[in-house]
Amino acid sequence: MLALVLCLPALVPLLVIVQAALAPQAEIWAHLSRYVLPGVAFNTLKLVIGVAVIAGALGTALAWLTALCEFPGRRFFDWALLLPLAVPTYVLAFVAVGYLDYTGPLQSTLRTLTGSSAWVPPIRSTGGVVLVLSLALYPYVYLLARTAFMTQGRRAMEAASTLGLGRAAAMWRVALPMARPWIAAGIALACMETLADFGAVAVFNYDTFTTAIYRAWFGMFSIDAALQLAGVLLVLVVVAFALERTARGASARFSSGRDLAHRAPPIVLGPRLRWVVFALLALVFAVAFALPVLQLCLWAFKHRGDIDLRYWGYVGRSLLLAGSAALIIVAASVVLAYLARHKQGRIMNALLRLATIGYAVPGTVLAVGIAVPLVMLNNGVQHLLRSWLGAAAPAVFLQGTLVAALIAYVARFLAVGFHPVDSGLQRIARHVDEAAAGLGVVGAALVRRVHAPLLRTSLATAATLVFVDVMKEMPITLITRPPGWDTLAVRVWEMTSEGEWERAALPAVAIVLAGLVPVAMLMRRSDDVA
Amino acid sequence: MWLELSAVTRRFGARTAVDGLSLGLERGSIGCLLGPSGCGKTTALRCIAGFEPVDEGRISAGDRVLSQPGWQLPPQQRHIGMVFQDYALFAHLTVEQNVAFGLHQLDRVHRAQRTEHLLASVGLLEHRRQYPYQLSGGQQQRVALARALAPEPAIVLLDEPFSSLDVELRERLGIQVRDLLKQLQATALLVTHDQHEAFVVADQVGVMRDGRLEQWSTPHELYHRPASRFVADFIGQGVFVPGRMLGQDRVQTGFGEVRGARAAIATDAHAGQAVELLLRPDDVIHDEGSELRAQVLHRAFRGADYLYTLLLPGDLQALCLIPSHREFAPGARIGVRIEPEHLVVFPRA
Repeated sequence: MLALVLCLPALVPLLVIVQAALAPQAEIWAHLSRYVLPGVAFNTLKLVIGVAVIAGALGTALAWLTALCEFPGRRFFDWALLLPLAVPTYVLAFVAVGYLDYTGPLQSTLRTLTGSSAWVPPIRSTGGVVLVLSLALYPYVYLLARTAFMTQGRRAMEAASTLGLGRAAAMWRVALPMARPWIAAGIALACMETLADFGAVAVFNYDTFTTAIYRAWFGMFSIDAALQLAGVLLVLVVVAFALERTARGASARFSSGRDLAHRAPPIVLGPRLRWVVFALLALVFAVAFALPVLQLCLWAFKHRGDIDLRYWGYVGRSLLLAGSAALIIVAASVVLAYLARHKQGRIMNALLRLATIGYAVPGTVLAVGIAVPLVMLNNGVQHLLRSWLGAAAPAVFLQGTLVAALIAYVARFLAVGFHPVDSGLQRIARHVDEAAAGLGVVGAALVRRVHAPLLRTSLATAATLVFVDVMKEMPITLITRPPGWDTLAVRVWEMTSEGEWERAALPAVAIVLAGLVPVAMLMRRSDDVA
Repeated sequence: MWLELSAVTRRFGARTAVDGLSLGLERGSIGCLLGPSGCGKTTALRCIAGFEPVDEGRISAGDRVLSQPGWQLPPQQRHIGMVFQDYALFAHLTVEQNVAFGLHQLDRVHRAQRTEHLLASVGLLEHRRQYPYQLSGGQQQRVALARALAPEPAIVLLDEPFSSLDVELRERLGIQVRDLLKQLQATALLVTHDQHEAFVVADQVGVMRDGRLEQWSTPHELYHRPASRFVADFIGQGVFVPGRMLGQDRVQTGFGEVRGARAAIATDAHAGQAVELLLRPDDVIHDEGSELRAQVLHRAFRGADYLYTLLLPGDLQALCLIPSHREFAPGARIGVRIEPEHLVVFPRA
């Protein structure tokens, strides 16, 4: 029962959207399918395919090099190439546009030096968005492919060489095909992020489903149009999600479950090739992380005068929102994890899946799906109050309170908190409970004396991950926040929608700093794997 | 020699993993490197396979040099098959495709024939279209073996081939593997830390310790004529009893004089020298007619027999095997004869 309640935040918006999609309003649908859908769908498709190809190739190649080869700087790049995960896509996007656009420093300098900058390809183009999103999202592919290569790649290469295959043949015939499920899962994750992306495409004025939903909501004030678009986007997400699940299943079958790779020596690259590889990786690192962050810091420093009471207001609201969301989600995760521990079975598993499905659903879709029932509830309450109190009835704004935002966060990020808590609890074997029971320690005492100390790090991990995700989150906050409740991410949105790239830097720096924390945690963990 | 290692040394930084290893393997024979973990046996195997260079010494197969300092033939040109500890099967290929993987130089018909022959030999014909994850551990191991043997390698190397399997399976699979290797007339070298595996599979066994080869001979020799105290201790069961040499074939101990043919390969000791005498359980024979009496300290039931720990006069302990249709409780006094077939002694420090 409790588990069912915890499913509601994710389940209700999905049901609302599916219901709206099954009963479309003819004239809205006609308008959408003629004027909006074709362009938006084509744009989204181009973007997803572009990111899948470029981020997939980039992530796989980088993982191949750092996991299997030896060259100068390998140990540094091994973790440094994960750093772009700390930079939200919209931050990388506005830095890229701000720097490379016609009015940006690069083209201005070129014009003063050479008189023309016409030969610079426009950054605000399909190519530009694809490139920026690929640079921001390749770490998903990199991380998974690297695990695959490290746990089985070298071993498989050795086996192939004892069967007479040279290095290149072994790579194409064995190591890459064996890593296929991991690479596919990484690409599917990158595609899901691309479909869900709102901030970056908005910076580029590149219309996709998420921005179309937002415009339908705030521009056309058409709830139904937003719901219809969300329904179509949901179909695409389900496809990507199914791909990811399938690939994960295959990777479980593909892994030997034993990690003996550390014995195998790396491939030592030739004297010239190793520096080519070094230069290539340095370029990726510079373009995806170092240079954008440097530019961000320079802009933030230039506008350090913006650090005033209003700025601390953004910081305070971000911290408050992220902190409350983290608390609520960790508490809900603990409840869910304990329910799962004590009641196993198909129904429980299904409920767990439902409760944590939100991480696959784009924030815009969830926000719309939650705002709609709240608006209806709001109007119903208003109507009731009117009929009782007449014109003196106070106005209620349920949809514009923190409640809406927090419910949407729970829907989107419950999985982020649940997984560390659940795996932490699963690591405590049932025998431990039984041993404690044998010593007369049960119930609350068991939780206090045994589980709580053992779960402490898992809870901290869960809280940190949720906290940072909420800080970075943009569309849910934009759509569901109470009026005037501007956070750092909202401030970035406001500045970037006015083209004030430089002034978006200061709030963005704070978000990137927070984003570094979970990446550092991830690196420590993947070092343990290695 | 079909495979020959002469004074092969391999260092990792300051650590010497393999230290002056020399051994030879005849065509068609099965050798084994046996030793505790970290003794360098796997590194030695990886040097032979060509995954590790050698810092000193030389590895050759027939008249072909495989490795020498500063030069090595790439693994793919050595014609050496390998069965990995974790099998390293190609998860994206079926059983059949795994076995056929190394047969790329054959045409389609011969490749299919050879694959089928090997699958039949390891009894996996009906599993040919399955993927590795669908097989049990023992079946995966047989796929790995078939895959390594398919290209008819000059030598096949097996790295801890049974370590991932259930203990009950190991001996049975060991016999199967030996029969298969012999049937295909393969030359093989395996590496293990388990002496039972080594004895079941191999013709010649080398005991390694800290990168050095302590002894290279048949299992029988290793047990009865150990060349060093380490080998005597590592192989089989037994105790060391302090004593003093009386002559070439006699040792004075706390419970009396012990005679036996001197094991020629054991350390030579002169009369009067303080030594340690190796007593195996089969050197101590239960005989109620004997004047030598021992007290039962402890017993372990092993099915066909009991392994007794006995207290001998002079406060010395020894092990003794007695068929289990007779039972002696701890505390009982029984008669024993000490009759080692070979007198194995080491100088006492």
